[in-house]
Amino acid sequence: MATAALESLPAPLRSTLRLKTKQQELLLRVSALALIYVLAFAVRLFSVLRYESMIHEFDPYFNYRTTLFLTEHGFSEFWNWFDSESWYPLGRVVGGTLFPGLMVTAALLHRLLRALSLAVHIREVCVLTAPFFAANTTLVAYAFGREIWDSGAGLVAAALIAVCPGYISRSVAGSYDNEGVAIFALLLTFYLFVRAVNTGSLAWSLASAFGYFYMVSAWGGYVFIINLLPLYVLVLLVTGRYSQRLYVAYNSTYVLGMLLAMQIRFVGFQHVQSGEHMAAMGVFFLLQVFFFLDWMKYLLNDAKLFKSFLRITLTCVITVGTLALGIGTASGYISPWTGRFYSLLDPTYAKDHIPIIASVSEHQPTAWSSFMFDFHILLFLFPAGLYFCFKRLSDATIFIVMYGLTSMYFAGVMVRLILVAAPAVCLISAIAASATIKNLTTLIRSKSRSPQTVSGKATGSKAAAKGAVDQSLPYQKNAAIVLLLGAFYLLSRYAVHCTWVTSEAYSSPSIVLAARGHNGGRVIFDDYREAYYWLRQNTPSDAKIMSWWDYGYQITAMGNRTVIVDNNTWNNTHIATVGRAMSSYEDEAYEIMQSLDVNYVLVVFGGVTGYSSDDINKFLWMVRIGGGVFPVIKEPDYLVNGEYRIDKGAAPKMLNCLMYKLCYYRFGELTTEYGKPPGYDRVRGVEIGNKDIKLEYLEEAFTTSNWIVRIYKVKPPKNRS
Amino acid sequence: MATPPPLLRRVAAAILLLLVSLASAPAARADLVITRADRKVDLTSHIVRVLTSLKVENSGPEPVSQFLLAFPNVQAKNLAAIRAFGTEGKVKGASTLLPIEVVQPSGVPPELTFFSASLSKALEERKTLHLDVLTVFTHSVQPFPEEITQAESQLVVYQDSAQYLSPYPVKVQTLSIRLPGGRVESYTKYPNAKLSDSELKYGPYEDLPPFSYSPMVVHFENNNPFAVAKEVIREIEISHWGNVQITEHYNIAHGGAKLKGEFSRIDYQSRPYIRGVSSFRHLIARLPPRAHSIYYRDEIGNISTSHLWSDSKKTQLEVEPRFPLFGGWQTTFTIGYGLPLQDFVFSSDGKRFLNITFGSPMEEILIEKLIVKVVLPEGSKDIEVSVPFPTKQGQEVKYSHLDIAGRPVVVLEKPDVIPEHNLYFQVHYRFNNISLFREPMMLITGFFLLFMACIVYMHTDMSISKNSPSYLAKAQWDEIQSIIQQIQAVFDQSLAVHDKLEATLRDLSRSGDVQSCKAARKAADAQFKELAKELKPLLTSLQSSPQSYQIWPKVEELVTKERDLQDKLMTRHSTVVDSFEKKLRGQDVENRIAVQQQKVAALRQEVESLLEYISEI
Repeated sequence: MATAALESLPAPLRSTLRLKTKQQELLLRVSALALIYVLAFAVRLFSVLRYESMIHEFDPYFNYRTTLFLTEHGFSEFWNWFDSESWYPLGRVVGGTLFPGLMVTAALLHRLLRALSLAVHIREVCVLTAPFFAANTTLVAYAFGREIWDSGAGLVAAALIAVCPGYISRSVAGSYDNEGVAIFALLLTFYLFVRAVNTGSLAWSLASAFGYFYMVSAWGGYVFIINLLPLYVLVLLVTGRYSQRLYVAYNSTYVLGMLLAMQIRFVGFQHVQSGEHMAAMGVFFLLQVFFFLDWMKYLLNDAKLFKSFLRITLTCVITVGTLALGIGTASGYISPWTGRFYSLLDPTYAKDHIPIIASVSEHQPTAWSSFMFDFHILLFLFPAGLYFCFKRLSDATIFIVMYGLTSMYFAGVMVRLILVAAPAVCLISAIAASATIKNLTTLIRSKSRSPQTVSGKATGSKAAAKGAVDQSLPYQKNAAIVLLLGAFYLLSRYAVHCTWVTSEAYSSPSIVLAARGHNGGRVIFDDYREAYYWLRQNTPSDAKIMSWWDYGYQITAMGNRTVIVDNNTWNNTHIATVGRAMSSYEDEAYEIMQSLDVNYVLVVFGGVTGYSSDDINKFLWMVRIGGGVFPVIKEPDYLVNGEYRIDKGAAPKMLNCLMYKLCYYRFGELTTEYGKPPGYDRVRGVEIGNKDIKLEYLEEAFTTSNWIVRIYKVKPPKNRS
Repeated sequence: MATPPPLLRRVAAAILLLLVSLASAPAARADLVITRADRKVDLTSHIVRVLTSLKVENSGPEPVSQFLLAFPNVQAKNLAAIRAFGTEGKVKGASTLLPIEVVQPSGVPPELTFFSASLSKALEERKTLHLDVLTVFTHSVQPFPEEITQAESQLVVYQDSAQYLSPYPVKVQTLSIRLPGGRVESYTKYPNAKLSDSELKYGPYEDLPPFSYSPMVVHFENNNPFAVAKEVIREIEISHWGNVQITEHYNIAHGGAKLKGEFSRIDYQSRPYIRGVSSFRHLIARLPPRAHSIYYRDEIGNISTSHLWSDSKKTQLEVEPRFPLFGGWQTTFTIGYGLPLQDFVFSSDGKRFLNITFGSPMEEILIEKLIVKVVLPEGSKDIEVSVPFPTKQGQEVKYSHLDIAGRPVVVLEKPDVIPEHNLYFQVHYRFNNISLFREPMMLITGFFLLFMACIVYMHTDMSISKNSPSYLAKAQWDEIQSIIQQIQAVFDQSLAVHDKLEATLRDLSRSGDVQSCKAARKAADAQFKELAKELKPLLTSLQSSPQSYQIWPKVEELVTKERDLQDKLMTRHSTVVDSFEKKLRGQDVENRIAVQQQKVAALRQEVESLLEYISEI
C-alpha cells in the first residue's frame, strides 16, 4: 500500500521520500526498540490490573516508607533520620543503614513529574519505578549486545530481557525494591566498563565509575561487580590480552568508583577495609606491577636481564602483598569475609552457621524447576551462546562469558540471585539466537537468488549448471527454513511462557491473597491490611508490637506502629529474644515481653484458610534462631522423634508455648471444614492437640475475618498484693 | 426503677435550681398563650429529633410578630438544627418557613438560650397560629454504662423535661418519646407517665405556668449504629470536560459505649447479632443517580468490601470498613465518584453555577466537622457562594495536572452536620470556554517543541571545532557513504537490466521473436552506456577522497567485474540469438553457451557478494 502511494508520486519527490537502506534499517531498529521498551513496561502492569496499584511484599514497604519520609522532609533530614519506630528499644539509624539509591531515584522522579505539573502521588511513582527501570534495562541490554556482538544480537537481547521471568519476578509494578533499579545499574556499569575496555577511553571509564556509584547507592549486590571486574582483568592478564585500553579502563573505573562509593554512608570505608573488596585492590596493584614490568622490559630490551629483574620484582611484590594482607587481617583493620559472602561461595555454610540467613526462603539453593520456570528456552540457548562467544573470542565476549558463568553459579546457590544471572543469560542466549537466525536467513536468501540466475536458461539440463554453482548440501534451503520456523516457534513459546508466568505467578502482591471460590469466582483475603489498619486506627500511637521479623516493615509502614524487630535483620540477639519469647511458656514469655515494653503481639495463622506461610510453619526457625543465642531453647523439645507435630502427639512444650497458644486460642471451637472435627488445621491437615487454651497474661484484641492475622493485647501487670 | 446515674442527678439538680431562680424572673414578654403543645421525640438513632407542634393564641391586645423558643443551655449547645414552620388559622394551610435567630431577652436567666422565630404576619388579637418546630440534637443520647463487653448490648440515657419549657403559659401538653424497641432499663415515673411497647408517653399536663420544667430521664437499649465522623472533607472538583468529581475523606468512629475486654472473632462470626450487637459493620451512602467511577479506599489501598446498586433514581453504595466498628473504635477511608456535569452545573445570564447538596451522602451520620471544598476550573472568576445556613468560608488554590495559576477553591466549613443539612447550595462563577483548550494546547505545544528539538538536533552540526581531525574524518566518511549509496543504486539498476536481458532470452525460447530480442539488446546496450556515464563522476570523487582507501579496491574490482559480466552477457545473448536464427538444436545451443553460462553465473555471484560487502560498510 505504501509502495503504491509512493508510485503515484512524481519521480524526484519519490526518490527523496524513499528511504535509503541504512535509514530503513535505523527506522526498523528504533521502532523495534521502542516496542520492546513499551512491552517491558506493559508486561509488568499485570499486578496493577489483577489487584491494584499497591506496594508488594515485605521490604518494599520499608522503601516506600523511607521514600515518603524523603519527599516530606527533604534529603538532609532523611540522611540523618533516626527511626525510633523500629527495633524498639534500640531504634535504627536509617540514613546510615540503607542504600539510598532507590528512594532518591523515586523522589527525583516524583519531583520531576511535579515540575512538569503532573500531580501524581508518590505511591504511584514508587509502584511504577521498577517497570520503568526494567524498560530502561532493555535499552542498556541492546547497547550491551551491540557492543559484544552486533546490533541484531542487541535487539534480541533487549527483547529477551524485556520479558524474562527471572527479571520480571523482581520488577513488576509495586515491587518497589532495590533490585528494581539495581539490575539496571548493574548492567549499565558492565556495559560502560566493556565499552571502556573496548575503546580505552577515559570518558567511558568515568561513565562506568558513575554507573558503579549508582549501583553502590542502590543495592548490596555491588559486591558482585567489585569482584567480577578484577576477576575479568586477571583472566585477560593470564590469557595475554593485556592492553593499554584495559589499563586505562580498570584503573580509572576502580579508583573513581571506590572514591565515589565511599560517599554512601552504609558502605563507607569498606572498599579499603573489608575482605570482600580486597580482590579489586589486589588486581589494581597487580596491574601497576604489570605495567611497570612492561615498561622495564621495553627499557632493558634484554631478555636475560629482564628475567632476573622479573624474578626479584615478583618476589618483592608477593611478599609485600601477603605481608600487608596478613598484618591488615591480624590487626583487624581488614575485616574478614562476612557470613553472607561465605554462604554465597559455599551453599551449605548458612545452614550450619547462620540460621537467620537460611530461614529466608529466597536464600535457599535453587531447584531445577525454578531455573526452567525463570529461564525457559534461555537455559538451552545459554550453552549455545557460550559456544558462539568462544568461537569469536574478544575482550567483550570474554567478559560476558565470565559474567554468565559466575552469575549462573550464584543463581544455583541462592534462588534470589537468578535475578543477577538473568541479564547475562539473556545476552548470551541472544547471541545464540541472533547468530543462528542470521546464518539461517543468509542461507535462505543466497539460495533464493542463485536459482534465479541458474534457471536463466529454462530449457535443457539444469543439473550441470546447478551443480557447478551449488556445492553445498542438498535440501539446505529447506532445512534452513525448517530450522528457522523451529527457532520462531521456540521464541514464541518463550513469549507465551513469560506472559503466563508474569500474570499467574509473579504479579501477586502477597499482601492481598486471592483464591478461587466454590463457584469459580475470585475470593480476596485482605486480612493483612485489615489487621494493620486496625493497629493504625485503634491502638495507642506509641504502642509496641511484637511479631516475627517478617512482618516488621509492614507493621511500621501500614500500621504506623513501633515494632521490636523487622526485616532489616541487623541484630541477631534481638531477633533471638523475640524467638525465645515466642517459644517459651506464657509466663516466661510475659517477663520477656514486659522487659521489651510490648503492648501487642501479632501472629499470622493460616489454619482456617489453608494459607501455608504462617507462623506455625515458620516456628522451627524461631526456635533455632532463639536457641542459637539462648541455649535454654532447645529444638528437640519441640519435636517428637525429630518430627514436627501439632496434633495430640506433639511435644508438651510445643503444645504450651506462646506461639502455639496464640495461634490456636479458641480455634478448638471452630469447625473449619465440613466433615472434620472442630479445631481442624487446614494447613497441617490435622486436628490440633490442645483445644483448651487459656490465656493468662494476654487477651485477644483483634482477629481478622479469615483468622490470618491475630493480635493479642498484653495485659498490664497485676497489682502487687 | 434503678437509680439514675450520679451525673444525671447532678444535672437534674442544676436544672431544678435554675427553675427556682426562674420563678422570680418576669413573665413572658407578650400575652401569648400556647393552647396546645405536642412534643414527639425520636430516639431511634443517635441523632435526636424533636418535633413540637404548638397552637399559639394571642390573648393580649397587641399584635405579636415574634415567638420565643427556650432551651436550657445544656441542650442548646447540642442543637444542630432548628426549623420552624408556621400555619395561620385553624385550617391546615400552606406552611411557611420562619426565619430564626438567637436572641437574649432582658431579664431572663443566663442558663437558658432563646431563639426567636419571626412570624410572617403579626398575630392579631384572638388569632391562633399553628407552629411546627423541628429541633435536632446531637450528643444527647449518652451511653451508660460507658464501657461494655462485646456481648452486651448498648444502653443509653436521654434526659429532657417532661413538660414543655416555654416562656409562655401552656394549657394542654403531651410528650411522646419513640424508643428503638428492646429493653427499657428505667424511666422517670411521673404519675401520668406510660410506657407501651416502644413508646413512652408523658401527660397530658394542663395549665402550666411559663418556664415549667420537670426533668425526666429514660435509660434504654439502643444498638443502632452510632456513626460519628470526627471530620469529613468533601472535595467537589468541576471539570468542564463533562465531569464533577467528588472525593470524600471520612474519619469515622463508633460514638457509643466503648468496648472493654476481648474482641473475640469466633463469637462475632458465629453469632454476629448477639455477640457484637452494639457494633456496626457497614454504612450506606445514597449517591446521586448516574454516579460513575466509584471507588472506596484508604491510606493503605483499596478496600474490597463494598456493594453497589443503582437505578434511575439513585445509586446506593454500601461501604464496609476493613473491620467492624465497636464502641470507641475508629477508621478512616475515602470514597470518590464522578457525576455528569450537566446534572449539577448550570448557566444563567453569563454566569455558571454549581448546584449540589452540602452534606455527606451517608445515612444517619453525625459529622462533627465538615469541610466542603469546591474546586473550580482554572481561570474561574467572580466567585460567589450561597449556602442556606451559616458556614465559615475561605478560599485557597489547588494545583492539579498541568496547572499554572492553580484552581480556585472555595472552602466551606461547618461543625455538627446532620442529614438535615443535606440541602442544595450554589457556587456562582464565570468561566470562559476557551480556557478549556489551554491544557491540551499546552501538551500539543510541548510535544511539538520536543519533536522540533529532536529534528533540529539531528540536522544541525553540534561539534565545537569544525576543523578537528576527527570531525573532518567523520564528514568525509559521511560523504563516502552517500557516494557509495549512489554507486550501489547504479549497480542495482544495471543488474536489473541484466535480468531484463535474461528475460528476453526466455521469451525467445517461447515465442521465437528474434527482432524484439535484438531490440532489447540494443536498448540494454544504450542503458549500460548511460549508467557507465553516471558512474564515472562518482568513481572519481570516491577515488579522490582520502578515506576511501579501504573501500576503493573493492569498488574498483566491482566495476571491472561488472563490466566483464556485461560483456559476457552480451556475447551470450548474441550467441543464443544467432543460434536461434540458425535454428540449431537445443542441445547444440546448450553446448555452445555452457562455458559462458558458468562464467556468467560465477561473475554474477561475485558481483552480488561484492555489493553486499560494500553495503555492509
